[in-house]
Amino acid sequence: MKRDALIAVAVFALVALAPLTGESYWLRLGTTMLMYGVLAMSWNFIGGMAGYPSFAVAAFFGLGAYTGAVAQKLGVAMGSAWSLSGLAALAFAALLGVALLRLRGHYFAIASLVVAEVLRETVNSATDLTGGGMGLNLPIPAMRSVEAQAVFFFYAMLGLAALTFAASLLTRYSKLGFGLRCIQQNESAADMLGVNTTLYKVAAFMLSGVFVGIAGAVYASWVHYIEPPDVFDVLYSVKAIVMALLGGVGSVFGPLLGAVVFLGLEELVWRKFLEVHTGVLGLLIVLLVMFLPKGLLSLSRRLPWARRLP
Amino acid sequence: MSGPLLELAGVTRRFGGLRAVADVTLSVPEGEVIGLIGPNGAGKTTLVNAIAGVHTATSGTVRFAGEDITRLAPWKVARRGIARTFQIVQPFPEMTVLENVAAAAMFAGARAYGREAKTEAREHLRFVGLADIADRPAASLTLAMRKRLELAKALAMRPRLLLLDEVNAGLNASEVDAALALIRGIAARGVTVLIIEHLMKVVLSLCSRIVVLHHGVLIAQGDPQAIIRDSRVVQAYLGRRYAAGAEGEHG
Amino acid sequence: MLWLQILANGLVLGGLYACIAAGFSLVWGVLNVINILHGSFIVLGGYLAFYLHMHFGVHPFVSILLAAPLFFALGYALQRSMINRMIAAPVLLTLTLTFGLDLMLSNAMLTAFTADFRKLILDPPLGIVSLGPVVLPVDRLLAMVLALALTGLLYLLLSRSRIGRAIVAVRMDREAASLMGVDVKGVYAITFGLGALMAGASGPLLAMIFPISPLTGPVYLGKAFVICVLGGLGSVPGAMIGGLALGLVESFGALWFGSEHATTLSFVLLIVVLLVRPEGLLGRKGYA
Repeated sequence: MKRDALIAVAVFALVALAPLTGESYWLRLGTTMLMYGVLAMSWNFIGGMAGYPSFAVAAFFGLGAYTGAVAQKLGVAMGSAWSLSGLAALAFAALLGVALLRLRGHYFAIASLVVAEVLRETVNSATDLTGGGMGLNLPIPAMRSVEAQAVFFFYAMLGLAALTFAASLLTRYSKLGFGLRCIQQNESAADMLGVNTTLYKVAAFMLSGVFVGIAGAVYASWVHYIEPPDVFDVLYSVKAIVMALLGGVGSVFGPLLGAVVFLGLEELVWRKFLEVHTGVLGLLIVLLVMFLPKGLLSLSRRLPWARRLP
Repeated sequence: MSGPLLELAGVTRRFGGLRAVADVTLSVPEGEVIGLIGPNGAGKTTLVNAIAGVHTATSGTVRFAGEDITRLAPWKVARRGIARTFQIVQPFPEMTVLENVAAAAMFAGARAYGREAKTEAREHLRFVGLADIADRPAASLTLAMRKRLELAKALAMRPRLLLLDEVNAGLNASEVDAALALIRGIAARGVTVLIIEHLMKVVLSLCSRIVVLHHGVLIAQGDPQAIIRDSRVVQAYLGRRYAAGAEGEHG
Repeated sequence: MLWLQILANGLVLGGLYACIAAGFSLVWGVLNVINILHGSFIVLGGYLAFYLHMHFGVHPFVSILLAAPLFFALGYALQRSMINRMIAAPVLLTLTLTFGLDLMLSNAMLTAFTADFRKLILDPPLGIVSLGPVVLPVDRLLAMVLALALTGLLYLLLSRSRIGRAIVAVRMDREAASLMGVDVKGVYAITFGLGALMAGASGPLLAMIFPISPLTGPVYLGKAFVICVLGGLGSVPGAMIGGLALGLVESFGALWFGSEHATTLSFVLLIVVLLVRPEGLLGRKGYA
């Protein structure tokens, strides 16, 4: 575990130097990449480690975004609003987890997918609080200059990503992580061996929600304006899954690697094929699932120096 | 301790309209090796499931070491000291043999994480004879080895009661003999064993008592030699014709 | 007598919905694959009818006959070429695969047709009919009758024909069926083709009644989900019950909560049903 932590520290330290380039484009890209990293690593807790195909990322993201935005509108300071979003996501994940994690396979996937839709509609209807379909404007943060804001949000996302990674690493090497792996391999056998599967699954689900919720709140503050179809977009869920698949589901570094590669591809495609970019994303997904379902890390395992990556 | 280790009182388990286990009352003292036999579909596995918590008895109670465990979830039952093996083995396929056993030690057995669990796991693997393949993925094992892995996992749970469900199914004669020796070793350690079996030689050589289930009903129990000649038992397995013959032979 | 009208509306909708979901339910029940493309197939069928009507004056009922073989072929090809390779893969992968395929299809449709809503207007319009205290638009009524007929044909196919029996056998027990000599891979492909056929064929029916746009694909897919959870998987009677139930829920729901909340209402129902009965209301025989 120490070796992985060292690699991660090196990577994050390198990334932290990005603002030195002075280019706001790279800063924006970097912030998005780090946010994607949080989404992918978070999904990995429930989808990779526990083996439950969750489509709930969009639900947590939107919930976090709106909790943070509404809190700030009501006068709460930005940092506290973000923490509040994290708590809201944590609580929501706990309740939802207890309810949904009894379902298996397809039923769980659909239920988790549908939750985001229900949340979106609820937010849409609560016009007084959330602005409904007209969206919500956030108060402008303390630092006025655009450049300072860009740097600030970059480091905010960096911190969040580092936090999420640390949680992944600690979980993976802990009893929780081991128990989740048992559940993923054979849930009834795990049950018979004395694993409290409900507790472990709910814990994984909560982990999969809390950082995503905070990311949603940070995102809302970053872009200053949110509306329901934007933050509850099912594509957030799909992208999180694709990124984890791309890098290697279940591993610690996989989702992060997947997020980096995915963002790279997305930027390339977006620049060249704007009109058909969801179609190209679809094509990428199809090719990935059919030809590289174990992700990029599985390729690197052929290389001796990368063999021991988790 | 006073009182039997396992006590079943009027245990019934229904699935819709079907009574898979009907009003079974049984008392197992600590240290006994008891055999559970009966034709296919008699409800033996269902009974074991009811004890282990996989199914909850529709009526009746299951008491373990004096405690009512009828409604306990499987993982809680496991932690109380009851281990069971599956007829169709259930390993963690992509995890190594060692990790499989360590998991059992970790969650139901000694509960220690990490090195301690792995050390204990190695001991159990040595006992069942799988020590030299500890680092292979469980999915790569042959059936006989998987059965031994199941046994090692069950032992790592440090059970007071071990429920073995057809642990010899699919094994050839020499593999069965090896399994027999292992089970004898386990019983010698003081573990109470309830074994579901089809092979009479196993039951006769291991068990001090046999219990017979037929259509979910406990139709006979007692000394192994007497039970296999009991006309009710023969009738259950082979039909009335043979029962009459058996009676005539020894009646 | 308002509730009688609402009831009638619900039943008419229900018939349509049963048709939408029957194919989806069959594919899920037999292949254990959720076909995310289903909604987009429906929309594509609708566009087929729309353009044939606009350019060549082809009546949507006729378009059904054209759509059926086309979509069957499409589904069959898709299954044989791609989905078949993934048939034993975990839920995550098959679901993501069909998601990706759907992204491709709906992007293509958006590019080709734009997101604007189109309405297939019949000329002359079919008007309305009164059955006692209840008033129903004729086009909806006819569409429902046709939808039921189509669903009925599927049912006959499954219960009377040789290939139908094979499909049912595979649904019940894949291994046993293959031991009996059933070509399971072939059955999978045909089933998927049938699913696509039912979707593509219900497109024209829906286009007659509702405006179409690539954006409505997910809405129909969502309805199919709910119907499957309510009615069970892999059986036509199940789809009928589920469809009817959803039609009634939406009809009465519109009365009490407003029609814009219809979808949300059905999703809440889906979650509630799954919480109470994790295998769906009518359960399923076989997979999880």
